[in-house]
Amino acid sequence: MRTLFKLAVTAAMLAAGAFAATPASAADPLKVGFIYVGPIGDHGWSYQHDQGRLAIEKEFGDKVETVYVEKVAEGPDAERAITRLARQGAGLIFTTSFGFMEQTLAVAKKFPEIKFEHATGYKQADNVATYSARFYEGRYVIGQIAARMSKSGVAGYVASFPIPEVVRGINAFLLGAQSINPDFKLMVVWVNSWFDPGKEADAAKVLIGQGADIITQHTDSTAPLQIAEEQGVTGFGQASDMIKFAPKAQLTAIIDDWSAYYIERTKAVLDGTWTSGDVWGGMGAEMVVMADYTNMPDDVKAMAEETEAKITSGEFHPFTGPIYKQDGTLAVEEGKVLDDGTLLGMNWYVQGIDDSLPQ
Amino acid sequence: MRLVLERRAERSKLMTWLSPLLAVGLTLVTGAVIFSLMGLDPARALYVYFLEPVLWWWSLEELVVKAAPLVLIGVGLAVCFRANVWNIGAEGQLTMGALFGSALPILWHEFQSFPVMVLMLALGALGGALYAAIPAFLRTRFGTNEILTSLMLVYVAQLIADWFIRGPWRDPAGFNFPKSVQFEGWQLLPTLGDGRIHLGAGLALVAVAVLYVVMSRTLKGFEVRVVGTAPRAGTFAGFSSKRMVWFCLLLSGGLAGLAGICEVAGPSGHLQPAISPGYGFTAIIVAFLGRLNPVGVLVAGVMLGISYLGGEAAQIDLGISDKTAQVFQGILLFFILACDTLILYRIRLLRPHTA
Repeated sequence: MRTLFKLAVTAAMLAAGAFAATPASAADPLKVGFIYVGPIGDHGWSYQHDQGRLAIEKEFGDKVETVYVEKVAEGPDAERAITRLARQGAGLIFTTSFGFMEQTLAVAKKFPEIKFEHATGYKQADNVATYSARFYEGRYVIGQIAARMSKSGVAGYVASFPIPEVVRGINAFLLGAQSINPDFKLMVVWVNSWFDPGKEADAAKVLIGQGADIITQHTDSTAPLQIAEEQGVTGFGQASDMIKFAPKAQLTAIIDDWSAYYIERTKAVLDGTWTSGDVWGGMGAEMVVMADYTNMPDDVKAMAEETEAKITSGEFHPFTGPIYKQDGTLAVEEGKVLDDGTLLGMNWYVQGIDDSLPQ
Repeated sequence: MRLVLERRAERSKLMTWLSPLLAVGLTLVTGAVIFSLMGLDPARALYVYFLEPVLWWWSLEELVVKAAPLVLIGVGLAVCFRANVWNIGAEGQLTMGALFGSALPILWHEFQSFPVMVLMLALGALGGALYAAIPAFLRTRFGTNEILTSLMLVYVAQLIADWFIRGPWRDPAGFNFPKSVQFEGWQLLPTLGDGRIHLGAGLALVAVAVLYVVMSRTLKGFEVRVVGTAPRAGTFAGFSSKRMVWFCLLLSGGLAGLAGICEVAGPSGHLQPAISPGYGFTAIIVAFLGRLNPVGVLVAGVMLGISYLGGEAAQIDLGISDKTAQVFQGILLFFILACDTLILYRIRLLRPHTA
């Protein structure tokens, strides 16, 4: 029995060795791996990252090969999925959700020759770069549109998790709205999920029931916008152009466009010039793109385009003072701009939000 | 002429062994057909799905990591279900175990010597057991259905955990992101070599061995079976069904709690809102696939682990979507349960009477 066991182990080891020995030669295409937190079919966050993947394929043709794993749970499962990509010869791996941070770092430590790119994280290493987009720039624009388009003066916000990125978006939205209508009201519902069409839809219904006639969201499904369409109010697409799902309701959408960044980073690996770093790009870097302005009068459209142009050129920053926190204290004085450090760790609401931040 | 299912006089010994093999065979055939329809080479697809996860050492490691919590929770549930106590809330008990156990490394981060690990594991088991005590109390005191209470308490546990991780236990250096400090020293479970297999796997094996002996060789095991199959007979034999409810829930809750702290102190290394990808629920399937037998649970846990890993490998190697992988898992479970029919029934061909 014992010898049999030993034999089996030896055989298994040999087999493993035989399969493991497949070193990449120079002529092999660069394998680029992606880890998605949601399904590609969410038509939101993960969908846009996948568009970036396709852009890489289109740009580099047979010089690259891309692979992905979708719906990877944030936690120990992620480490396995990332390890698998690394083991199977990926030279560059994009891990596209905040919850993959520690796992990305852990795998990166074991594979120093592989480059990693972690979206929305804040920890870097020699072979781990981080990147994110300044979505709040788009939120400010849609806030302005909301204030112009709303009859009730109340908007509803379907929010995911009270992390700085989401809080920042809520604040930017309301600051935009207040720049048009200082009395504008904002209600927030937390669904505690990135992707849960059922819950998101319920949240949207509740918000509309309480008087909101503009629905906006920081969750990944198309459900809230579809509810808006159904109930005859308007709203905004999230992460991706959702006009197909709400032809009458979508005013515009904040599109995450990762293509340019992904192509640039892939090229850097191909050229051997890749270095770690942290990129936080916005409209100027074309990471944040506004979908067509639809279902609105021409003057509202002109206003939105003007703000968009000002933000793109860097002439205007959405978090320009004076900005007051919810408790009335001054966060930044007139004429000054909130610094990136404060923005990245934002855990307070601006004045005028009809909600208390879950702490 | 028609086919009928006819009840056997007693369980078929042959079929008990043959049915899982038959199920796997049928799954392979169905899988091959599906893969060919998708335009993939069925042999390669099946290789990627079933063989690859067990051919590489690192992949075997991952398999053990994935199967360990399933087995640990599954054996507890197997005992529970045997006794007709329906603990559906292992996921909540797991969450509570993770919270209890994490209290030490988070509140007392400098305490990194060996005893901390023992205390963490003990606290984890205690947390899970205490949380399972709620449905046990409600059932024995008020006759509340434990299926409902234990299930509902899952969501309560997850929200409590969420509050801790976003609130007081948040890493102060973590930019307000929902995540605790990273555990260090003995706050992390020891691993096998440099790999990923952690002490949790060992604990799972111990649990299987102990419960196997308890169930097959001791009076307690007999009691569980009697109360489960014939509660009235159990009462006459002097077995208290209330005590059985307590025993089962505390046992399965404790094991789920242990699995929880092992996940956090093992592969995770810190507390974050997503503590488990639904291990507590998957373990219910594992318990039934393993025929509520501790050793069977071990096999079933590994099998389910393979199907997860294979699904992932298939996504990468074959470029098929996560959905196909799930369909495949579903087919496997379907055939296993369907083939189990053959243990209690036989198929007979009825010929029409010729008059």
